[in-house]
Amino acid sequence: MKCSDFLKELTDYLDNDMDSRSRSELEEHLRWCHNCYVVCNTTKSTIEIYRGSELYELPEELRGRLQAAILSRCKCQHSATAAPAMDPDPAIDPAIDHSKKPSQP
Amino acid sequence: MEAIENKGTEVPDAESLLVEAARGGDIAAFEALVRRYDRNVFRIAQHITQNREDAEDVVQDAFLKAYQNLGQFQGQSKFYTWLVRIAVNEALMRLRRRRPERMVSIDEDLKTEEDSMPREIADWSPNPEQQYTQAELKEILGKTIQGLPPSFRTVFVLRDVEGLSTEETAAALELSVPAVKSRLLRARLQLRERLNKYFKRRDGDTTP
Repeated sequence: MKCSDFLKELTDYLDNDMDSRSRSELEEHLRWCHNCYVVCNTTKSTIEIYRGSELYELPEELRGRLQAAILSRCKCQHSATAAPAMDPDPAIDPAIDHSKKPSQP
Repeated sequence: MEAIENKGTEVPDAESLLVEAARGGDIAAFEALVRRYDRNVFRIAQHITQNREDAEDVVQDAFLKAYQNLGQFQGQSKFYTWLVRIAVNEALMRLRRRRPERMVSIDEDLKTEEDSMPREIADWSPNPEQQYTQAELKEILGKTIQGLPPSFRTVFVLRDVEGLSTEETAAALELSVPAVKSRLLRARLQLRERLNKYFKRRDGDTTP
């Protein structure tokens, strides 16, 4: 097996998405090819570091505001659907709804 | 070498009841769905848009759109996969608005294989992330993933950060399974290459 063949299979190997025979062939290659062993090991570490990184966690305070804004917009939508003759309720939190521009006079 | 365990996205049966109730106009049931998935949607949105304000808008708009279109949700896929598809589309739309000069598409597929071929083969220190404070590490990881093309970044985030299966990722992005695997491999290899400079073993490292 060539190193390029090993690399093509790396994702399936790391995800354990292959039959045992193919897996054994890749592991045989790993036994003697130090470069592929290092690439495989460090790619696995890359995934684990990102998975455990808690990058971009949603702060509780912002979470509360977002939930309130979402539910307010859903309720508004619900009332508009239930009573289409009525004017829609404009009670949307403008402080958090960046997509809504202030209404012009 | 052991395979990486995927944390998966097990959904309890109660979820279909929540979806059904929300479809009937039960706001409390929809609120439960929001609470269940808002953190995930925020992470995905922030990863794709790389902008906090856009991510907040995506969370709101994705859930509102889901609520408005619950009637069209067939139940053949998981609610979460369906929600992710909406959120990804919203996030890519925001990204396009911010970068109109660049074509931003999930179908974007860089043709060269060389972009992902390992150039530097260097072993890493044991527990490399522990060389940095939590804040430094977040900056490194954020900066590094930001450099990936959006199509690679999105696949990596759904598959490896959020733990969707390859099939779920393909369904959420409306891509084929081979296309997801190809982007995932290249995303993983490119990230590994870029992280080398922070995590590679230094001369002073003695632990094998």
